[in-house]
Amino acid sequence: MSEIATPRSFLRTHVFSVDHKVIGKQYLDLALVAVFTGMLLSWLMRFHLAWPETPVPGLGTVAPSGAAGGVMTPEFYLSLMTMHGTIMVFFVLTTAPFAGFGNYFLPIQVGASDMAFPRINMMSFWVTLVAFLVLISAFFVPEGAPLSGWTAYAPLSAVGKDAGPGQGLGQTLWVVSILIFCVAQLLGALNFIVTTLDLRTKGMSLARMPLSTWAWFITSVIGLIAFAVLMPATILLLLDRVAGTSFFIPAGLVISDRLQPHSGGSPLLWQHLFWFFGHPEVYIAILPGFGIVSHILPVFARKPLLGPRVFIACLIAIAFLSYTVWGHHMFLSGMNPFSATLFSIPTLVITIPATIVTLLWIGTVYGARLRFTSAALFCLGFISVFVSGGISGFFLAQPSIDTYLHGTYFVVGHFHFVMGVAAMFGIFAATYFWFPKMYGRMMSETLGKWHFWLTFIGVYCVFMPMHYLGLAGNVRRYSAFTDDYLKPLIPLHRFITVAALFTGAVQLIFLFNVIRSRLRGAPAPANPWQGTTLEWSTSSPPPHDNFGGPPPAVHRGPQEYGAPGAVDHIMQAAP
Amino acid sequence: MTAIGSVAQPSRQGPAQTGVLIGIATIAMSFAALTSALVVRQAASSDWQHFRLPTILYLNTLALITSSGTLEIARRKASRGAGLPWLSLTLGLGLVFVLGQILAWQDLAAQGLFLATSPSSAFFYVFTAWHGVHVLGGVAALSYVGYRMAGGPSGRALPTALGAGALYWHFMAALWICLLAILALRI
Repeated sequence: MSEIATPRSFLRTHVFSVDHKVIGKQYLDLALVAVFTGMLLSWLMRFHLAWPETPVPGLGTVAPSGAAGGVMTPEFYLSLMTMHGTIMVFFVLTTAPFAGFGNYFLPIQVGASDMAFPRINMMSFWVTLVAFLVLISAFFVPEGAPLSGWTAYAPLSAVGKDAGPGQGLGQTLWVVSILIFCVAQLLGALNFIVTTLDLRTKGMSLARMPLSTWAWFITSVIGLIAFAVLMPATILLLLDRVAGTSFFIPAGLVISDRLQPHSGGSPLLWQHLFWFFGHPEVYIAILPGFGIVSHILPVFARKPLLGPRVFIACLIAIAFLSYTVWGHHMFLSGMNPFSATLFSIPTLVITIPATIVTLLWIGTVYGARLRFTSAALFCLGFISVFVSGGISGFFLAQPSIDTYLHGTYFVVGHFHFVMGVAAMFGIFAATYFWFPKMYGRMMSETLGKWHFWLTFIGVYCVFMPMHYLGLAGNVRRYSAFTDDYLKPLIPLHRFITVAALFTGAVQLIFLFNVIRSRLRGAPAPANPWQGTTLEWSTSSPPPHDNFGGPPPAVHRGPQEYGAPGAVDHIMQAAP
Repeated sequence: MTAIGSVAQPSRQGPAQTGVLIGIATIAMSFAALTSALVVRQAASSDWQHFRLPTILYLNTLALITSSGTLEIARRKASRGAGLPWLSLTLGLGLVFVLGQILAWQDLAAQGLFLATSPSSAFFYVFTAWHGVHVLGGVAALSYVGYRMAGGPSGRALPTALGAGALYWHFMAALWICLLAILALRI
């Protein structure tokens, strides 16, 4: 037990710490840097889409080759798109709700003093940071960042610098970064699973685990399988780039007037391997949000979640089905229509557990005297954007409709709602809810509510019109719309851009709230929201070993909220 | 891999063993991905070049299987403090296996079969290298166990670490037999 002894030196306490709470906060700080970087890139893209000939002040100085005079080239636009997607998916949506909050709260919620393997846990954060730095360094190499999108489709991603600026060293750095990221995620997921299985305190049966812990646990299982596939795939891609192999590059390929020295590779093989990871990755991003909402809503509704076992069963069903639907990203790849149907059916089936979960949330809120805190509002916002994004998924799941919509803004609107914004709302809800526990200080509720309402309105103004753009045939991944049939849509693009700039600026309220509350927030009591789970049975912030002694035994489930007038709530740890 | 925390509901095997089991599942999944890639790539084009696997692979296999046996003997003798020589033998055989795999590469290179020569040779190098890296990981882990063994009795933690290390090592041998079968059938 010597490792639980409180470390003394600054480096061991704050930098190279093996404490899961410090590591969780490090992950969240990394995600905060990443999310503002990703958002800045989206601002530049949106500005260019709305006013393609207007220079962006300063951009010409920062990127003289990609944006001479402040007006970006189409290639530079694509590099921004690639980096925006990669940063957001890997270093925000995977890092914050899963690695960040999961690291901090999973061990406490199961009643453990730390993760099962604290050193491996520390390593997984530092490896993630290295992956992030390698990715960002792609901006600073001579030809800039890669162009091939966060999906890095071959052969564009595989052939090297002939394919365009950024496809040389920039793309290699991208591949290496993702390879490193896979290592970090696998180490992290392993720790989460072992901690959940083996380090639960006395009385903490699986059925008594908080639903957030269930979600992190199932997400770990998904992540373990998904990243175990992406890792060898990126190794093969790297070999195609640097060692002259032909896994993904077909024969006779001529790019930039040069016959590529490769033979017989299969670009579709990359798509299969990538999406076998890529679709479960969507659930890696969103399932922690499911858990967070299911954990937080009952606290503010003062009643248990409807059907907690049904909820867990739905998570398991989603996890299983997430591995059967990857082909729905490839309907346009020339796939046999019968295969397309085969992927379409589980895609429609997976909406059933997702819908059941949504109904459980709505059923929980129904008739409750909800306390409208910032965290509760973001939970409701989560449900709203998840439903809005999910409904457009019904359309895209059908190959015949997807054939028309796949290359359009309809898809951009869909996945930003259902995966991006929904997961972000989960992160916000978790932040407002757990900040007092993590930092021992309360956040400003007034600023939190302003942040919620302005963000909520903002994201609908940004992403809802994209569905209309898609139906009107507006292609995605273009840097400017010069075709006659697209010109009438430019005013709508301008509206979206203004909304995106506004919504992005609103996030500064959040940033201000986080920084100010860390420094000068009101002191937080141990249990400010009258929660019942183990994190509320210890001080705010918790001591180094989490409970200041042996972890408490658990005597009941995580959601013992009574009827009004009777006992309000009973802690899990209360005898 | 030192586990800490309260194990009020200890599982049958303990965190180290659970961790190795999960690691095994992950490694198996990564090889499943590579194998499916091999099958798809072979069917994708006619540039697949069949070649005879270097004979030394079978000797390497024998070394690895034998090392599993010596590790089991080390495990049984560990309680009497006589496990170290057998563990050292296991590590030696593990290194012999890795060196043998490198000799197999040299054999292929002498035939003009390099990483980029054909998809078949590319997959051969990738499979053997990826497996070899994991074997070296096992060598490192068992060396650590041996280091602690040499330091004298260290309580209950040693059998746990040795058990977890042995589980991983046996998996490496079983995995290699599967990979060799795949390579022999496909290449």
